Amino acid sequence: MLGQRNDNNPSLELVCPAGTPAALKAAAEAGAHSIYCGLRNETNARNFPGLNFSEKELNAGVRLAHKHGSHVLVAVNTFARAGDTHIWKRAVDAVAASGADAIIAADIAVLDYAKEKHPDLRLHLSVQAAAATPESISFYQDTFGVQRVVLPRVMSVEEIVKLNKEITVETEVFVFGGLCVMTEGRCALSSYATGKSPNLTGVCSPPGDVSYDEDGSNLYARLGGFTIDGFGEGETAGYPTLCKGRFKAEGETSYLFEDPVSLNAASLLPRLQKAGVTACKIEGRQRGKAYISQVVKAFRAAVDAMDAGGNAEEEVSAMLSAMTEGGRETTGAYKKIWR
Amino acid sequence: MSKIELSLGPNFFNWSNEKLVDFYARIADEAPVERVYIGEVICGKRMPFNDKVWPEIYERLANAGKTVVFSTIALPVTVRDRKSISALSEDGELVEANDIAGVHKRSGQPFVGGPFLNIYNEQTAKVLMNLGMETFCPPVELPMKSVEAIAQALPDLTIELFAFGRLPLAVSGRCYHARAHKLHKDNCQFICDRDPDGMDVTTLDDQKFLAANGIQTLSHSVQAITMNRDELLTKGIGRLRLSPQDIDMIAVIEIYRDLVDGKIESAEAEARLQGLPLPGALANGYVTGKPGHLWQAD
Repeated sequence: MLGQRNDNNPSLELVCPAGTPAALKAAAEAGAHSIYCGLRNETNARNFPGLNFSEKELNAGVRLAHKHGSHVLVAVNTFARAGDTHIWKRAVDAVAASGADAIIAADIAVLDYAKEKHPDLRLHLSVQAAAATPESISFYQDTFGVQRVVLPRVMSVEEIVKLNKEITVETEVFVFGGLCVMTEGRCALSSYATGKSPNLTGVCSPPGDVSYDEDGSNLYARLGGFTIDGFGEGETAGYPTLCKGRFKAEGETSYLFEDPVSLNAASLLPRLQKAGVTACKIEGRQRGKAYISQVVKAFRAAVDAMDAGGNAEEEVSAMLSAMTEGGRETTGAYKKIWR
Repeated sequence: MSKIELSLGPNFFNWSNEKLVDFYARIADEAPVERVYIGEVICGKRMPFNDKVWPEIYERLANAGKTVVFSTIALPVTVRDRKSISALSEDGELVEANDIAGVHKRSGQPFVGGPFLNIYNEQTAKVLMNLGMETFCPPVELPMKSVEAIAQALPDLTIELFAFGRLPLAVSGRCYHARAHKLHKDNCQFICDRDPDGMDVTTLDDQKFLAANGIQTLSHSVQAITMNRDELLTKGIGRLRLSPQDIDMIAVIEIYRDLVDGKIESAEAEARLQGLPLPGALANGYVTGKPGHLWQAD
């Protein structure tokens, strides 16, 4: 059962992404303790074409995952649109009906509805709620009975240690994949350039607003008409994610917000476990089943090695480095120097 | 309600204590606004400095008949940040909550839901109203259609629209002023004080884009909602919030006063705003659900 890890069973729970039924199967077979996914509409924060689950697929996915001993956590983690909250309520009902083990939500409207209508459904607070202090976490615990909080990717390990001493809900942290530089759920950069954002529509820097324009020997990657990055001859052109672009400030051109890196905190798994973290989350619902299978196997091996008293994290780190964006990685905010 | 009020939002930038005292003294003496939000909302490291002048500023504004509201920090991280929220929220005076921690500490006393809270629909607003929210300043990206739906569903809630100033778009654990100056956040030298309107961030092809202010990212453009009085009333707007920039804010406030009093129409308000030395071009795209940087008169 979820949340039963304790002093006698201190293993880290591995929470793995599934954007499709095939990825869910791959994650379950690769040994994911838990698998998270979303419904195929704007109620989840990875609302991309070709991704996510119909209600029927969710029901089947939950059955399959349970057969493999994996839990299913369903993200209904965007903010309901005013006047259309029935879409989000319907999603909560569907999650409850599917037999999934928990719902991941950020919007107070969604949490309130889930608590009222489905009091037995376990609630996890999405990273999109940006709850990083004991006071804000207690609010969600006391008001809606939230049992786990996914922490914003802005905290250092030291801060997570302190936080876990002050709260009684479980914590889940991101350890691998995409890295938000801004506090999740508190960022409107994408909508400023394109009109679409994680909170409004479940997308960030959406492909439909991207263009690649040649100018002489240079290639410019643009988002909503704004140049996010430029590439000379021989340079590999990257995707124009707004906060990972090159900009000018103070007369210098740099990756002002963040380099085009991805998160890999595999080397920090033992410290995160010691910090009292319950679950480690892998980002990547947009990824294919081969990727999911490889990443999940690697992290499962690391967690098992830790349980056996071993120290396999560096090996795992090497296994995974070839799979990250451009091979470049960071441990992000977990190390204070990042700030 | 047939009257639309004006408020001056909290200052986002690292202004010196002298500048803050002078600025709010002028607001107290000359500005036709009903309400003024004060306090540090962006960076807890600035608090030990400007904490010293807020009581004096509070007195000055209150004596001038303004409703003074303390705004709480948007992204509490340190024990000091958290204590500041608790101290302000547990106090009986009206506060603006910019993080849900403040709502919790408020324990049902009246509060303002600030633009950093994620209130996107009538159901969330209703839950928070039951917890004491009396005014709601919507997140800047929320389209007017959604704001109207919330206003219609909750007629007792005062809607305060972010009507003027650079748009607060994001906050981060990382300080971009420090990063741009090759410093570390823990040893930032408070270098954000060099940019009283934020640090310009331009694209590789020199398009004005964003403005950095410590851990905050704002728009380069300046939001200007200039709907006339009748339009605002129809949409259920009770107050307009004007966000401080390093320009003659009295002039900005006077333009909006004339607008909400029905003395001038939108076009005249826009023309008068364009005549000020604004830090960026006017924008209002978010109102209609379009990209926030757009100005729909173009």
